[in-house]
Amino acid sequence: MAITPPSERIWWKEPVHKVEIIWVIVAFLWGVAMFFTMIWWHGFGQQNMSNEAYRVQPFQFAEKVDAMVAAHTVRQEGAFPVVKPPPGSDVYMMGRVYMWWPMLELEKGQTYRLHLSSIDLQHGFSLQPLNINIQVHPGYESVMTITPTSSGEFGIVCNEYCGLGHHTMTGRIYVVERT
Amino acid sequence: MNTSSVFRTCPTTGLRVHDAAENLIKANAVVAVVFLLIGGLFGLSIALTRWPAVHLLPADWFYLALTAHGFDVLLVWIIFFEMAVLYFASAVLLNCRLAAPRWAWAQFGLMLVGAVMVNVAVLQGNSSVMFTSYPPLQASPWFYLGLILFAVGALIGCAVFFGTLVIAKDEKTYEGSVPLVTFGAITAAIIAVFTLASGAIILIPTWLWSVGIVSNIDPLMYKLVWWGMGHSSQQINVSAHVAVWYAIGAMVLGAKPISEKVSRTAFLLYILFLQLASAHHLLVEPGVSSSWKIFNTSYAMYLAVLGSMIHGLTVPGSIEAAQRAKGFNKGMFEWLRKAPWGNPAFAGMFLSLVMFGFLGGISGVVMGTEQINLIMHNTLYVPGHFHATVVAGTTLAFMAITYLLVPLIFRREVIFPKVAKLQPYVFAIGIAGISLFMMGAGTLGVPRRHWDITFADALTSFQFSPAAFLMLALNGLSAILAALGGAMYIVVVVGSVLFGRRIGDTEKVQLGPATGTQAAAAVASYGSAGTLRIPGTVVLVGVFFVSFVLYYFVNWKYLAELWPLK
Repeated sequence: MAITPPSERIWWKEPVHKVEIIWVIVAFLWGVAMFFTMIWWHGFGQQNMSNEAYRVQPFQFAEKVDAMVAAHTVRQEGAFPVVKPPPGSDVYMMGRVYMWWPMLELEKGQTYRLHLSSIDLQHGFSLQPLNINIQVHPGYESVMTITPTSSGEFGIVCNEYCGLGHHTMTGRIYVVERT
Repeated sequence: MNTSSVFRTCPTTGLRVHDAAENLIKANAVVAVVFLLIGGLFGLSIALTRWPAVHLLPADWFYLALTAHGFDVLLVWIIFFEMAVLYFASAVLLNCRLAAPRWAWAQFGLMLVGAVMVNVAVLQGNSSVMFTSYPPLQASPWFYLGLILFAVGALIGCAVFFGTLVIAKDEKTYEGSVPLVTFGAITAAIIAVFTLASGAIILIPTWLWSVGIVSNIDPLMYKLVWWGMGHSSQQINVSAHVAVWYAIGAMVLGAKPISEKVSRTAFLLYILFLQLASAHHLLVEPGVSSSWKIFNTSYAMYLAVLGSMIHGLTVPGSIEAAQRAKGFNKGMFEWLRKAPWGNPAFAGMFLSLVMFGFLGGISGVVMGTEQINLIMHNTLYVPGHFHATVVAGTTLAFMAITYLLVPLIFRREVIFPKVAKLQPYVFAIGIAGISLFMMGAGTLGVPRRHWDITFADALTSFQFSPAAFLMLALNGLSAILAALGGAMYIVVVVGSVLFGRRIGDTEKVQLGPATGTQAAAAVASYGSAGTLRIPGTVVLVGVFFVSFVLYYFVNWKYLAELWPLK
């Protein structure tokens, strides 16, 4: 029994049941398959996390965001400027308590370099209803190449707890048809 | 040798039980159950707040309750119970005295002080930083200090456990190798040492930061090391509850591992590979490379998952073999149909096994796939997954073995047997609902740790689909059911310990159907190569495997529908 010492002293020389051997082999091969699926997707899949990231001081990141807002704001929506940078350019999204700043307007089918960082606490960039979720750290600027393939209005919510106003932290990305 | 040790011989198992070990098992189990009650109530209030139509707590209380819930059930209930399991698997199963009982009481005292300290800090309202306490978010120094004391206490408990193993070997209180259950407990304790060391490495500087001595804690570094504790401690739970599965199979049905070698190798895989799991929390993080993520998140090619998949065959397989040896040989599943489903220890154990595998295991591997994490990270899918592993898996298994500990260690008869009989089912259905509906809501994008998904107070709004609201309502209903199951457990266990009929010193306890442990002798001859048939288990494992593969690729399909991203 499992609560008593093994009945055979030399238990490690006991023959192993065939069913067990087969299952160990199947389970092992399945593990190998899942492992290589991840690697394969890096070559052939379209959705991979970028490996590009930089250390950045929060104020430096804020300056880059401000420069983009100053250059490319197309309209104001409540507290938020809506910024429409040219396709192919670097676009910035900044997390802070409690908003995603600023709002972006992107063109469908165009590619952008999206920079994400926070100027205070950790935040969770969660683009809905697509359900793209990326962790955002203060002091780290991550850069990814993103190509919106559907148009409309997309909400950004925060899904990393960031204090008592966490549930009020939102933002927005518009994707418009190519003009 | 400590001559003051007092032993009694257990009339049911024939084991010699050291009174110090017995008292410590009792004390740790009692505190565990108290914190299960407290943490469970916090959990219920959280689920009722998430249910938009009820929205029970105000925001600050919600975040406070969430912090306390995570700490009280994930850490305090489980680690206290694990201390009881360690003392049971060493001193009791090895017929041995407990090493250094005074140190064991220090373990108990430190953990209790730490647990109370953290709870007080959280209830004061200035430490609502969640269980994970990610910097730069800062809690009161007492919060971190309480965690440190708790961890040091647990570390002492592990040392007492290892000391007891040494004494048992030295005094030759058992023959040959340690029992499989003890081997599983050793696995748990080794992982615990790694875990608690990671905790100390990160929590001590964080505590110094909270009192102003250290100026900065890097948030990414914190996460990497903290999860060396946070995730690896869940692997203590896995090892401990797998050991409990084997123990219950043995005690109730006289089940015997199909092969000691295979089951022990599976535990060994846990020791070697489970600790890489910190990566599961860093898959969508900046500053960590994809190759690092892939190697670590998969436990080096899923070798720890392999361990669990092996137990997934050997645990039900050993039960099938034991049942067939007793004559339940008709067809594929007579052994399962005629299993003691009315015995809460067995029912709880089997439900724990099935739910851990199907709900917790599959969702964990899928979510831990580097790219798929992108559509699940920090959504409600995450708590959906770990409620299936930690609550349906660990908590239910620990509840199940309590029904054996009460007569054997507390020496009281279980009161309200009809309530006890139903308890595992009520709890299991509730937890299955909680997991599935949270995973469902997460798939629809609902964030975890979020007070208001209607965004009523936000500057700009976003509308989740009505299905998400339905999921949260169903989650609330399931939580009520689970809380009912939890309350039934506490009433039965506390009632039995206080008011149950005392079991006499020479009275035997009936643990399983009719023959119970005695039948073990018959089953005990090795059923290895060729002689033993477990076709029912093969079918169950086949169903599991097909579900696993299908669900895995369905999620790649979902991922492929996202915007291209690189």
